[in-house]
Amino acid sequence: MTVLLEARGVTKYFGGVQALKDVSLTINAGEIYGLIGPNGAGKTTFFNALTGLYQRDGGEIGFCGAALRLSSPHEVAKAGIARTFQNIRLFANMTARENVMVGRHSRTRAGVVGAVLRDRATRAEEAALRRRADELLRYVGIEHRADDIARHLAYGDQRRLEIARALATDPKLLALDEPAAGMNATETASLKSLIEGLRADGLTVLLIEHDVKLVMGLCDRVAVLDYGEKIAEDVPASVQRNPKVIEAYLGGAA
Amino acid sequence: MPRKSWLGMALIGAALALAPIVVGASLGNAWVRVLDFAALYIMLALGLNIVVGFAGLLDLGYIAFYAVGAYLYALLASPHFGIHWPAWAILPLGAAVAGLFGVLLGAPTLRLRGDYLAIVTLGFGEIIRIFLNNLNTPINITNGPKGIARIDPISVFGQPLSKPVEFLGITFSGVMLYYYLFVVLALGIVFVGIRLQDSRIGRAWVAIREDEIAAKACGINTRNVKLLAFAMGATFGGVSGGLFAGFQEFVSPESFGLMESVMVLCMVVLGGMGHIPGVVLGGLMLTVLPEAFRHGAGPMQQAMFGKVLLDPEALRMLLFGLALIAVMLYRPAGLWPEPRHRRELAK
Repeated sequence: MTVLLEARGVTKYFGGVQALKDVSLTINAGEIYGLIGPNGAGKTTFFNALTGLYQRDGGEIGFCGAALRLSSPHEVAKAGIARTFQNIRLFANMTARENVMVGRHSRTRAGVVGAVLRDRATRAEEAALRRRADELLRYVGIEHRADDIARHLAYGDQRRLEIARALATDPKLLALDEPAAGMNATETASLKSLIEGLRADGLTVLLIEHDVKLVMGLCDRVAVLDYGEKIAEDVPASVQRNPKVIEAYLGGAA
Repeated sequence: MPRKSWLGMALIGAALALAPIVVGASLGNAWVRVLDFAALYIMLALGLNIVVGFAGLLDLGYIAFYAVGAYLYALLASPHFGIHWPAWAILPLGAAVAGLFGVLLGAPTLRLRGDYLAIVTLGFGEIIRIFLNNLNTPINITNGPKGIARIDPISVFGQPLSKPVEFLGITFSGVMLYYYLFVVLALGIVFVGIRLQDSRIGRAWVAIREDEIAAKACGINTRNVKLLAFAMGATFGGVSGGLFAGFQEFVSPESFGLMESVMVLCMVVLGGMGHIPGVVLGGLMLTVLPEAFRHGAGPMQQAMFGKVLLDPEALRMLLFGLALIAVMLYRPAGLWPEPRHRRELAK
């Protein structure tokens, strides 16, 4: 098994609060890796530190065998880590297709001159971009909403659109921040099969999730964060029995 | 392109070509001059539309780029320094220099949004104006508040546009010739705007407007793309500034005050932010209607009440303010918003 992402000692402070304490974890290529923990444990902070939205105060992240430097989000996206957001962040007034097309920004090249002259290369790129966007919309199952404004989409479809947009960046690692939040049982089940499909197609997935059933049924390995520290990392079944994890979730046993 | 839209374009083209002849014959050259200014303001509004409408960056100092273009033309084509470059050389240079100023303004404001950005850009606009006002000592560069006079008119194929030309038995006065030049350039700017809007760059601008963090996560280098918006917008401003200088044959810092920036912003917002036909409409209306009112209010009062009760100038500003409030209350997306936004508001 090859290691895709290796985080070593990732640390983040907010003022005097240490939100991440020396978090180290490795994600293997092709697996679904779960990141769980009680509210405020630092899961999203880790995501943000990973994707360049926050500058890390310490630690290193290796990705695809190379060091991922303290870099800006667009560079992280270009390196091959795509993400979704806990509270959906779509381009609300653009169509579903345009949302996905924006996702391919770093994989396309056309500049101002190309846009104005619309030369052959630009037209070809634009056509390919459109085709790819439609393909991805079909892949996540919302191709019939391609021309609708993103904010008119149903909640579950918005989640799917965000995943399609993330996929448009051609990621090697897809980081999903609570994709099932606010979904009903049916929607969650179809999300699960979508994520399984992603893995089957060779993608590596990092998943933050509160829905324990989803995490246990889906993930190959799970890490548990509590107060910014990693307290466990193992296959779901043994994490579930880990006394430290139970204590973190249920509070200290008397 | 379907036949219908060819026909529509031909009709618009004919209307644009005939407008100055008809207006000149019926209302006089003063009104053709108003149309010239309408074309200039439309170019300005389309430039600001890139920054405000597409990229969502509220810029209150936009007129500074107009000033940069105008003064560059004035300095390079007037007896002030004794330099007399041709317009076709100065205008692209003015576009480039204004674009550079756009980047200079944009760079320190990249982290700012909304009201904070508005205040910084407002300051930038004023700085440029104050510089123009005071750069007559120790070395006289801008001639200070007196402005620069006797600027060379714009010449096309050796023909100065300020001199009338006879063609097909019609005498085309200077303002009419300038009209044709301005309309052609404005159409060019419309074309560039439309092409940009529907492109990778245009989508990136809108993405930044909609959600900057998500845009970054999509791999957009928001710093560069925002600077590009500032530069493109400024370029349009620089071109229209140069045209303005050649047309007026005189520039002074007075023409580039905050009120001008506000007017151009009003054209964009009133017409329909981010929607090019709407912005064109906004520019046309806010140039032509106040003029019509200026000429019409006095005689109308005379006819109705037998005397002029209210100063037309004061009344004009009052009605202008009321019109703005009414539009913002009843048509918040502008008079002619993008169809998809209109659908939005109908719901």
